[in-house]
This record gives sequence, C-alpha cells and structure tokens, in this order.
Amino acid sequence: MSETLAGAGAGAGAGLGGPVLSVRDLAMRYGEREALRGVSFDAGAGELVAVVGPNGAGKTTLLSILAGIQRPSAGSVSRAPREIGWVPQSPAVYAKLSVAENLELFARLEKVADPARAVERMLEQTGLGERAGEQVGRLSGGNRQRVNVAIGLLADPPVLALDEPSSALDPAQRARLWDFVGSLAAAGTSVVFSTHDVNEVQRYAKRALVLAEGELLFDGSPEALLAAAGEEKGDFEGAFVSFLHGRGHR
Amino acid sequence: MRWLLEKDLLILRRSRLTVALLVIYPVAIALLIGLALSRGPTKPRVAIVNETPPGQTIAVGSEHVAVGRYAEELFSQVQSVHASSRAQAIAAIKSGRVLAAVVIPRNIAARVSSGLSQASLEVLYNGNALEQSLVQSQLSSALAQANLGFSEQIQGAAAQAIGLLLKGGNLGVLGAPPDLIGLSQIPSGLKGIIARQPPGPDRRQLERMDAFAQFAAQNLGLAKNVLSTIGQPIQIKSTLISGRRTPLNTFAVVVAVSISLMFVAVLLASGGLALEREENTLQRLVRGLASREGLLAEKALLGAGCSFLLAFAMLAGIGAFVSLDWSRAGLWLASLALGALAFGTLGVAIGVLAREVRAASLLAFLTSLPLAFLALVPAGAVASGLYDAIGVISFVFPFKAALQALDAAVNQSAPGIGVSLAHLAGLVVLFGLLARVGLRRLD
Repeated sequence: MSETLAGAGAGAGAGLGGPVLSVRDLAMRYGEREALRGVSFDAGAGELVAVVGPNGAGKTTLLSILAGIQRPSAGSVSRAPREIGWVPQSPAVYAKLSVAENLELFARLEKVADPARAVERMLEQTGLGERAGEQVGRLSGGNRQRVNVAIGLLADPPVLALDEPSSALDPAQRARLWDFVGSLAAAGTSVVFSTHDVNEVQRYAKRALVLAEGELLFDGSPEALLAAAGEEKGDFEGAFVSFLHGRGHR
Repeated sequence: MRWLLEKDLLILRRSRLTVALLVIYPVAIALLIGLALSRGPTKPRVAIVNETPPGQTIAVGSEHVAVGRYAEELFSQVQSVHASSRAQAIAAIKSGRVLAAVVIPRNIAARVSSGLSQASLEVLYNGNALEQSLVQSQLSSALAQANLGFSEQIQGAAAQAIGLLLKGGNLGVLGAPPDLIGLSQIPSGLKGIIARQPPGPDRRQLERMDAFAQFAAQNLGLAKNVLSTIGQPIQIKSTLISGRRTPLNTFAVVVAVSISLMFVAVLLASGGLALEREENTLQRLVRGLASREGLLAEKALLGAGCSFLLAFAMLAGIGAFVSLDWSRAGLWLASLALGALAFGTLGVAIGVLAREVRAASLLAFLTSLPLAFLALVPAGAVASGLYDAIGVISFVFPFKAALQALDAAVNQSAPGIGVSLAHLAGLVVLFGLLARVGLRRLD
C-alpha cells in the first residue's frame, strides 16, 4: 500500500470548530476484491470536498457508505447516515408525483418536524417554487436533479454527499447546480461529492481526495495536486493523469 | 408505511391506463375462463344423410321398429343438419358448416334384421389433428348414445314379442292365426286333458309336453329380464366422497374471481416494488427512511388490498346473476383476504427480481397464468407422474390454495376452508421470506 500524499489544505476539517465529518480506516471488501482500503479523511463545515479517481476507484462505494446504503467491512464514519444528506447519481424521485409532493413525502419519511415548512424552504432554496405543482416526470433533467438535491437537504443535514451530481446535465444546468451547491457550502454545509470531471474539482472543490483501486492516494487542495504532479501551468487534467501514472495507475 | 401507501395509491390514481388494464384485463380473462368452464361441451354440428327409404322397418320377431327411429336418436345427440346426399354432406364439411357427416346406408334394415352381419354407418370428416380428435371424441359418444337408444327400442319390441308368445292373443301380422294360445296357458290346459287320459304311452307323451311347456314358459319369462340386462349391463351410481356437490356455474364463479384476485395482487405488488427500483428510490428509502420488511409489507398490502376490493366487488356482482349463499359472506371475506395476501407476497417476491415495472409485470404474468391453468388440471387427465409434479407446483404457489379456500367458502367444497387458509398463511410466510432474502441480495 502506498502512503497517502497530504497536500496543502489537507485535514482542513480539523481547523476552526473541528471536523464536521470524520472518516477513519474505511475498508470495503466484495469477496476477494477490495473496493476500499483504509480510507481516512475529515471534512470541515462549509468545505467542498471532491472525491475523484478513475472508474472502479471506489468513489461510489465511499459515498454509499457515507449515505448508509452499504455497511463497511471495517472503519468508522463519525456521523450517522440520517445526519448525512444523500443525493444519488440518478435522480431518485417519483415521476408521477409533483415537485412539492415528492418533497413532502420525503420530509415525512425523514420525520422532519415541520414538513410543510421544510418543503417551502427547499422550494425557495432551489428556485423550484413556480414548478411546485408540476409532475417531476415532466421536468427537464436539470430541474429533476435540483429536486433530487433538494430531497437530500430536506432534513437540513450538516453534511451532504453527492454522487456525480452533474454527470447527466448540460453545461448551463451544470453551472446552475454548482452555484446552488456553492451557496449551500457558503451557508455552512459540508459537501462531499464524487466526479469524473477533474475540471469541476479544480473549479469548485476546496479539497480533492484522489482514489484509485480503493486506495486514497491524495488528500489536499487542487493546487497542491497540481504541485504534486509537477504541473505548475494549471493543466489540471494533465496533472491528474500524470499523478496517477506516477503512482502506477493507468 | 402509511406515507408510502398513500404515495402508491396517488401514483396509481394518476396511472389511469395501468388501472384500467389491471381491472379490465384480469376480469376479462377470468370471465372467459369462467364461461368456458361453466358451459358443458356443446353438441357437435353434424350433417346426417339418411339413405334408407321412408317407412323402412326392422323386423324383430312379430314386431317392427322403424329405421327412422335410429335417425331420430342420432338427431337428439347432435345438432343435426339435414343433407340430401353424400355429396351435399361433403360440401358442408368442406365449407366448415358442419364438423362431420353421418351416412345411414340404404341396407341398414336388412343388415340388422339378418342377425348375421353387423350394420355399419359411415362417418365423414375433415380438418387438422385437433378437429379430427374432436370428431372422434364427440361423434363416438353421440353414436354410442344413439346406438343405446335404438337398441332399447329393439329390446322393447323383442320383449313385446316374447310377451305375446307367453300370454297368447292376436299377433296382428297378416296371415297369422287369430287368438293364439300363449305358452304360459298350455300347462293349465294340458293338466285337464292329462287327467282324463288313461295311463299309457299317450298320457306319458302328454305329461312330457306339459313339463316342456312349463319349463319354456318360466325361461321365456326370464328372457325379458335378460334382454334389459344386455341393453345396459352396468348402471352407474355416483358417490361424492367429501364436500358438497358443486354446480359447475358456481365453481366457474370461484375460478373467475380467484384469477382476478391473483392477477391484480401479483401485478400490483411486483410492479410497486419494481417501480421503487426503476425510479431509483429504493436505495433512498432503505437507508433508514423505511425498513426493508416494512417496504415489502407495504407493497404486499397494496396489491392485496386492491385485489381484495376488486374480487369482492366481482363476487358480489356475479352474485346478482348466480345463486350464492350470502350467509357465508364472512367466509368469502376471510378466504379473499388471505388469498390476496398470499398473492401479494408472491408479487413482492417476483418484484425483487425485476429492475423495471414492465419486466416485473411480464414476469408476474408469465408466472401466474400457467400456475392458474396447472391448478385446474383434473386428476386422471394427465399421466400420474406428471400430475404429481403439477400437484407439487400447485402446492407451493398460492393459486390452488386460494381457489380451494374460496370454493370451500362459496360452495362448501372439500378440503375444508381451515386447511386452505392455513396453507395460504404458510405461503405468505414463505414468499415473505423469499422476498426479504431477495431484497438483501440487492444491497
């Protein structure tokens, strides 16, 4: 096992007020295959943490464990699944229900104290107020994803886990989504997201976790990742690829 | 569970086409099967070519039976279509107007009267293997019935001839002597003559004649009984071992309702669970918003509840046309409720296997329909080994148990309702466990 490279900004969650989320020695085995190997990291309040890596790196497994969908073979997560809002890659919403009905249903299932208020708040926050009565099946992909994110935020969780949230969106929808996620982080929500798009990491993340074959290879700021790859000019995608090559991953 | 159930009902209410199909399709299939079961086999449509001359008779001793009576017997066993010639009959078969044709030949009277060679009919038919098999089975039965009826008439004529021989009188045959003495009257007449005869060879000869006349009269009297025995050597007495004799139409009602109960419950429960996977909401729900057991129970209840209401409405509706014992309505409800629950749990067990509603519906349909047909296969209709295999399959799926429970509730048939309800409860547990294991496999 190689050593995790800690770049500048690593362990930022340990800063002011301490980490909101602490993950320690997380491991996941599927029979002989190790999907995660001793992954540890912290996330602080308002921090945007990107989990990036090639296919099969263990990104979705990591987020599934944070969301409580899978139980790890070993290790711990400081927060209970109910304290972590989860936004799956494909919108997990009922197409035949309206935006408001979807939000209300999940608010009730989340046992939110005031479901009506929570729905109102999320409609306002996501800018979907005018579409509240529209069936989700008739919305655009971008708006459907906003409903998907809104459901993850209904219980006002301190941590939000997003699994490749922008993968099915066009550039304009993607920009709107990141504006919204940025505003959440600015309001103090700790956001952990997985992505294939390394440019999103450079543009939006405060920290990057680089996973490959279940192993955490890097934990630090995007700038530190550039430096670690010897790319000072700012070609983040090239830096990321050469970083992986340098550690024997293709 | 309450919120999920409300959500599913709301989705169902908005899926009008699905609801319409869920109601109309099983009800239509159920009614078709019910109708097919309640109507006995119809008489085959057969052309009859009677080549015998009008008024031709078959002589039985001094009695005569009109050949036309045979044709009448045959007409009563089939839906007869008169054909004046063989060619016309063949044309009718080819056009599909009749299933087959029977030709009664010109020489039938001579053949029957001769007692030397058997009379024969000609059966003409056409068509594929199925139609040929239908002709064989339906016509052989109709001809056997006609033969039996005709032989009874001949037997009656023979009995009359024997009676005349015994009692005497006028034969009514041209040239026959009037007021013939009967065989049974000879002994009493001879007794007086013998008493007046002196002992000697004449008296002994008369005594021998008397003994023969007595013996002949006694045995000829028995011959009438023998004739009726030959006409129908074995009579059939039916005994139902357990339960009550069930009229075919009320059994058809039970079959129709059970099929609807099955389709609606299985399709809704499997589709409801598959919808959670299709919409990607299953993972969101099982991460703590709803327990896996609760989710399965909710889907099973959704299917069971809707199918229960539909099936009861169907039973009550049909009850307006078919005589049903409403004092047993409590038992109907119990059997429908447990049957619906068993089908609902079968539905969720199917639902965990499918990722999409369409796949779940197809799987549910492909599983349910053969099960219903298998459960209706009567003992003796197939080879014993195959029937045993069918029995095992029918035992581990809820259709037969639900059918038996409802049949017991509606018709008081065997086995009792308690056995069937216990069987259904066992199947609820079995399929509930299978569904739970299947859901764990998805984790």
